[in-house]
Amino acid sequence: MPERQEIALMSHLMRRAGFGEPRWELDVRAEQGYEAVVEELLHPENQPAINDELMYRMLPGYEGAQAPPINQADWVFRMVNTKRPLEEKMALFWHQLFATSNAKVDNPPELTRQIAMFREFGMGNYRDLLVELAKSPAMIFWLDNHGNHDGATNENWGRELLELFSLGEGNYTEDDVQNAARAFTGWSIAPKIPRNPLGRFYWRFEYKPEDHDEEEKTFLGHTGNFNGEDIMEIIVNQPASPRFLARHLYRFFVADEPAVSSWNTTPPNDPEAIDLLVNAYNESEGDIRSILRVLFNSNFFKNSQYARVKSPAELIVGTVKIAGSHQGFRPGYNNLALECGWQGQELLNPPSVEGWHTGTAWIDAGALMRRVNFAAGVLGDTSQPGVRAMINWVRSAGAITPQQSIAACLDVMGPLTVSDSTLRELLTHALKSGDLVWDSDEAVAGSEKKIGKILTLIAASRDYQFA
Amino acid sequence: MTSTKKDPVLVILQLTGANDYLNTIVPYTNSLYWDNRPKVNIPQDLVLPIDDELAFRSEVEQFKDIYDKGNMAIIHGVGFQNSPRSHFRAMDIWHTCEPESIGIDGWVAKVIRDLDPNGENVLKGVNFGQGLPRAMAMRGVPVTSVNNLATYGVFSSVRSLASEDERTQLLDSFARMYAPAIGTGPTMEYLGQTGLDALKGADVIKLAPERYSSTIEYANNAIAKSLKDVAQVHLADLGTQVFYTSHGPFDTHFDQSGSHAKLWIEISGALDSFFADLKEHNASENVVVMLFSEFGRRVKDNGTGTDHGAAGAAFVIGDRVNGGMYGEYPSLKTEDLTQGDLAPNYDFRGFYASLVDKWLGLDPIPIVGGKFEQMSFV
Repeated sequence: MPERQEIALMSHLMRRAGFGEPRWELDVRAEQGYEAVVEELLHPENQPAINDELMYRMLPGYEGAQAPPINQADWVFRMVNTKRPLEEKMALFWHQLFATSNAKVDNPPELTRQIAMFREFGMGNYRDLLVELAKSPAMIFWLDNHGNHDGATNENWGRELLELFSLGEGNYTEDDVQNAARAFTGWSIAPKIPRNPLGRFYWRFEYKPEDHDEEEKTFLGHTGNFNGEDIMEIIVNQPASPRFLARHLYRFFVADEPAVSSWNTTPPNDPEAIDLLVNAYNESEGDIRSILRVLFNSNFFKNSQYARVKSPAELIVGTVKIAGSHQGFRPGYNNLALECGWQGQELLNPPSVEGWHTGTAWIDAGALMRRVNFAAGVLGDTSQPGVRAMINWVRSAGAITPQQSIAACLDVMGPLTVSDSTLRELLTHALKSGDLVWDSDEAVAGSEKKIGKILTLIAASRDYQFA
Repeated sequence: MTSTKKDPVLVILQLTGANDYLNTIVPYTNSLYWDNRPKVNIPQDLVLPIDDELAFRSEVEQFKDIYDKGNMAIIHGVGFQNSPRSHFRAMDIWHTCEPESIGIDGWVAKVIRDLDPNGENVLKGVNFGQGLPRAMAMRGVPVTSVNNLATYGVFSSVRSLASEDERTQLLDSFARMYAPAIGTGPTMEYLGQTGLDALKGADVIKLAPERYSSTIEYANNAIAKSLKDVAQVHLADLGTQVFYTSHGPFDTHFDQSGSHAKLWIEISGALDSFFADLKEHNASENVVVMLFSEFGRRVKDNGTGTDHGAAGAAFVIGDRVNGGMYGEYPSLKTEDLTQGDLAPNYDFRGFYASLVDKWLGLDPIPIVGGKFEQMSFV
């Protein structure tokens, strides 16, 4: 049997590289060995994908869903049920970084396609991903590149590409913004089919050579008749690019960092970790999979347990995964999608092109209350199959003392390590309700209820807010 | 404190995404406006003149009506030097009053701290919307952020609890788990304080929808709903002095005409309903609403929309406002523009300071970070 410490590390890896896994599945993972599991996560192509055809037959209305929250529910379904957790987590990472919002795009199917693109290209080469991004119809519409014309540039895409998607403020000039915008003139979408009366249609990337600015451009010190691909090539070879990407990966997978808007003046919390990721980028020429391999196998990652505040999607999906409340084809994903929004992370509709503010910015009194109510509500429901399995897991130890029952519940929910103050209150609570015993039907019912309340309290704790 | 005079209340309405100043307060008799806005303009037959130089757009009659009654101050040319064209940086600056460095603490949070130095009322400042704006965030300053006024309370969704007694026991445990403890680190401390604030705030704020009744029908859009929530909490008399909410997106790079009009029609109608509601309850005279946006938009249009600019307009609305125009509309002459944008001529911190000092009666210097020229619109 693997040691508890190994299980805890596996639990950490699966929370970060995926959306968490029930306790008993971690035993199996830990037997495989840490590095082997990392390798498996890095190669989603070796695991079965969600069967779209089956999914859309079983969940009518999801295919090409025309309106929120069904399009969001489509994604939540995949987060909960995927056998390729890191692929899905990376899609969320890119959605956070290349934030595109339905508030303006107003075409849910097109956004769903953008997320599918992140699944396909999200662990490949960074340059290829940026080129795909520039061709993403949702992105083109979101940042107005269809309105960026030869002789009448619209700088929106050019600016955000440099400021928010690749280099960060302070690493380019206003002229670079203009010239990047000029290089992307003609990167447009084919005329849209009117929505009425039949609903929304997919859009299509269209390059319009007659609208492309063929004059010479100077961009980040390079001069030439650049097109969009050339701009991406120059960007990915700037020293600022790997640093910017590394800080985003660190913030998303490792530990909370200062707000992105301050990165120009605030150094990273762990500069050595960023250097390590930058080296991985440089050595692999921007291969995202290689950077992730270094990240997950590093000591700084292994030592970062509970160093991040969970995003709402992480909290919600992680909770239903261990509670087993939403497995496979069943109703209820709409509510999970809505819940993400209510906690401050409406998927496919981020508040702005900057994405969500993360870390403690997820937490205010209203959001914390929703998080607590959601997790406590789901994990305190002893009729959920995963909760029943947790109860049986605790029960397998036989009659136990209040101290043992707290230890067992923390183990089955993670294993989780909690602060002294949380532990003290859990013990106080358990001592009041007494031993767990199983020697009569009445005792069994009582013990199950006691476990349900302990799980409710753990889910409501401060500690549970951390990934 | 016993006093018959009601405490002043400030409602902040943030126009997120950079509102187009030129098409909000339209210099309709200035030929440079027409030269620079061949496509994205308010056509002559759709202007609603304020005087012989400036106009609103005709769809915002209710907004104009507030101005005509002398209850609206329009503050021109608001912004700051070296205005970044980035939404996020600019909004951070507006939220923290730190144009030079990266600010941490929000200016509204400092206002709340000074209104309630001991943090006795977690409802002193209330945000309506998804997530807390940076302006209201500061360690140690409790604020309440409400997404949905109708369902607000810890453990309200735990269906497995058999009785209200069981819920009370769990709430006691929750309070002890979130109690301050030494050496847990800043994030745990922040979570602890926020959890306890949530507990307290929920107990009180649930009174608001219970007490509310009104004949006013608000429109069915986001800003109308937010201002209705503000009205409910204000009318419940819970001691809230600062409300924050936002509307948008104003980032009209493309196809501006329809979307910009829609946003302003919604705001115009929502403000009209809001003040009618307060007046119905004789509760309007201690309320001032202020509107701002992170920056204005470029003078020259881009064909169908406008890009990021610099100077903008701010508005202050209320019974006790000295209505009229304040400051100067920045020059549209090419030589006066900065990188093609209207040059700010009034520091936003002076605008804040006027409200903080003259309306809320607080020392503005520590809140806005220095001494700035004030105006007397309140």
